[in-house]
Amino acid sequence: MKFSVVVNEGPYTHQASDSAYYFTRAVLSQGHEVMRVFFYHDGVNNGTRLTTPPQDDRNITNRWSDLGKEHNLDLVVCVAAAQRRGIVDEDEQKRNSKDTNNIADGFRISGLGQLIEAGIQSDRLVAFGD
Amino acid sequence: MSDQEASQTSGVIKKFLYVNRRAPHGSNYAQEGLEVALIGAAFEQDVAMAYIDDGVFQLKTDQDTSEIGTKNFSPTYRALGDYDVKKIYVERESLEKRGLTQDDLMPLVYEDEDDDWEEKPMINLVTAAELQDIIEQSDVVLNF
Repeated sequence: MKFSVVVNEGPYTHQASDSAYYFTRAVLSQGHEVMRVFFYHDGVNNGTRLTTPPQDDRNITNRWSDLGKEHNLDLVVCVAAAQRRGIVDEDEQKRNSKDTNNIADGFRISGLGQLIEAGIQSDRLVAFGD
Repeated sequence: MSDQEASQTSGVIKKFLYVNRRAPHGSNYAQEGLEVALIGAAFEQDVAMAYIDDGVFQLKTDQDTSEIGTKNFSPTYRALGDYDVKKIYVERESLEKRGLTQDDLMPLVYEDEDDDWEEKPMINLVTAAELQDIIEQSDVVLNF
């Protein structure tokens, strides 16, 4: 079955991103396909490489990056939500004349159309968040 | 979103239902939820909106955010009809619990292309039980 996952909350405050991560891993381990993981609302904050939790805690961003690399996942951060919250890739840095960028490995910034497309093309769209 | 992207999904029409549960101000779920519905229009899907719990306040007339310094995006709801959203379901029980009637809601309309572009009301009051059926019959349900 083809799944897509939506993450609507940022890391650490809510369990949503952890649950989404474990769900995604479980889906993949059962041999299903994950077409896309879409980060919306505060969920875009999962995609900053500047995340630096204490050493004895999980690094939620790196965990997504690693899973993405391992399974060639499409980790998409919503551009409109990202702009509001200061999540920036190289293109956005240039477009908005910012002095830096902070997108994490394996994430990309794109439009809300990617969410709708995931809803259309996936057998199941599973959302995590408040 | 590009035309190319939209065309890649052409042929498949799913029932999308956006369920709005939160007050329009106090968090930005309502605003970002509305943005999804507007962007989704380009994909020519069968789109409906549902408003339950404090979400019914999103459709309230005369919203004024001037004293809280946030953007008053409520005029955008009037554009939904132009974005091919024709069905808005408001849960009757949620309205009644909050002392509201349909007269307190914006009179949202769409132009019916099959009926000489006549303006028709978009808002349908439904019971919780009716809304349950609507949710069950939807293919993609997104909650804001």
